[in-house]
Amino acid sequence: MSTTAQLIGADPGWLIIVKAALVFIVCVVLTIMSVWGERRIVARMQQRSGPNRVGKFGLLQALADGVKLALKEDLIPAAADKVVFILAPIISATTCFMSFAVIPITGEVTLFGHKTAMQLTDIPVGVLYVLAIASVGVYGIVLAGWSSGSTYPLLGGLRSSAQVISYEIAMGLSLVAVFIYSGSMSTSDIVAAQGKWWYAVVLFPSFVIYCISMVGETNRAPFDLAEAEGELVGGFHTEYSSLKFALFFLAEYVNIIAVSALATTLFLGGYHALPGLGFTETWLGGWFTLIWFFIKVLFFFFIFVWLRGTLPRLRYDQFMQFGWKVLIPVSILWILVVATLRVLSLQGASRAVVLAFAIGIVIIVMAVNILFENSKTKKKNMPVAQSAKPSFAVPELPIQVSSISVSQKGGDRV
Amino acid sequence: MSDQIEPIAPREISVHDVEFEQVVQNGQKGFFDQLQGFWVTFITMFKKVNTVQYPEEKEPTAERFHGRHQLNRHEDGLEKCIGCELCAWACPADAILVEGADNTEDNRMSPGERYGKVYQINYLRCVFCGLCIEACPTRALTMTNEYELADDSRSKLIFEKADLLAPLRQGMLMPPHPMYPDMEDVNYYRGDVKGSHPSQDVQK
Repeated sequence: MSTTAQLIGADPGWLIIVKAALVFIVCVVLTIMSVWGERRIVARMQQRSGPNRVGKFGLLQALADGVKLALKEDLIPAAADKVVFILAPIISATTCFMSFAVIPITGEVTLFGHKTAMQLTDIPVGVLYVLAIASVGVYGIVLAGWSSGSTYPLLGGLRSSAQVISYEIAMGLSLVAVFIYSGSMSTSDIVAAQGKWWYAVVLFPSFVIYCISMVGETNRAPFDLAEAEGELVGGFHTEYSSLKFALFFLAEYVNIIAVSALATTLFLGGYHALPGLGFTETWLGGWFTLIWFFIKVLFFFFIFVWLRGTLPRLRYDQFMQFGWKVLIPVSILWILVVATLRVLSLQGASRAVVLAFAIGIVIIVMAVNILFENSKTKKKNMPVAQSAKPSFAVPELPIQVSSISVSQKGGDRV
Repeated sequence: MSDQIEPIAPREISVHDVEFEQVVQNGQKGFFDQLQGFWVTFITMFKKVNTVQYPEEKEPTAERFHGRHQLNRHEDGLEKCIGCELCAWACPADAILVEGADNTEDNRMSPGERYGKVYQINYLRCVFCGLCIEACPTRALTMTNEYELADDSRSKLIFEKADLLAPLRQGMLMPPHPMYPDMEDVNYYRGDVKGSHPSQDVQK
């Protein structure tokens, strides 16, 4: 049996072009549908009905929005750096499509009489390539914010890039455990390695860290500080209009789909069926795996929408603290544990040794947690330092407030 | 009498005298309690949608909703408006323009001396406060529940008298026509006129 890399390597040129076109179409169609889907789902979560005017169930709403955007006046601010201003959305939109090239969408199928797999290319460092492309995508945001020549876009762009960069570290670290376990960075090998157990189960902490950091990475609620409407108008794309804005809009949603697809590939067994339903993978000549893949991607997409419908936006400093002080240290520690376990099992250590190590880790984590909690309660109970009375006049404090008090009788305020 | 005003004594009661009740502040909820929010949004997805599909389905307004105005008629079809301009004076937005004119024997629009010859309400200015309705001495001006008042030009939103007049109901005659025989304008205002009289039908 040949590997996916060999299978794809044998593709003739025309098939590669067909597959590239298919990947592009899938991205665009999925984006359009996901914009509609998101609006409908969020609407239902708020007991509204959402867009239902354009086409059946409002299915063509995103298309209508696109047409509207395309027909709008394209403004370039006088203070903008023209070349960069035009370049930024192009960078954003192209890079988000590129990461799809290494995502395996189906297993082995027959396309126009050729045995192949629906994956545009398979490179040995596929996941690193995705991370690299995502980093290039940040340029789109930074440059858009900078070149607009305006305050809010600049602030939004800075926030956005700081956010994407810091969450990319946590994201990359969470993937290291996957690399260690699968022994490969190629997406198809990682999917193949999950034939028995999904990494979402085996490497659960990595999965959780990835899920959190992918929301931060895509600038989505509750981490959408870059476009905090109340503070920054529209964030980095405030000055953009017409098709250039549409490109940013497209990029955001393609990015969501891309990180969801990557999560599917790395943690949920890619195009493999749910456990126990493995026989479905041969249905329709292997094309049924496509359905499994999209079910998993849409599951992640629903999580995105659910988060947006439920959680309020984080404060910027809390968000950064969470990324740098929680996610990154936790994932580094987790990598250490995973690496040790992996080395132990590869060198043929007995099950007892592995178990002892695991129990040791659990005990250490619990001990640290208890110490942490203790210091927290100690800090809480410490008396507040009383400063000397200031030399200038200050109003007298009415009471020592330790908790909020209200008058006893309901409406009877004195 | 002292020429100085006696200063007000400081209030005896201070903050400390008020009885207070401690309210328990639970502080931050635990992690799993915070997850309740997810359940709320999830379960809401399966609840009945609150939206009214407006252009297809219309829900009645509140009974006393302030909608478009209407100029009413007496039971025989004569207009109630006497052109007094009190509504225009009452209007805080200056949305109403009234020009009165004299009723004559062969051109009688309303009982009494005067009638409103020109009556315009500018719905771009109107704030639907209803002060004009309160000002009207003859109940000529009232408000309907009609709220679909959007249009595409400024001039279309200045409603003329013809747009505001109530339609003729059963037993009403289109003015101008004479007053009900043996009735004064006062009888009209008291509501003594219950319908038109055959002699009023001058157009026949």
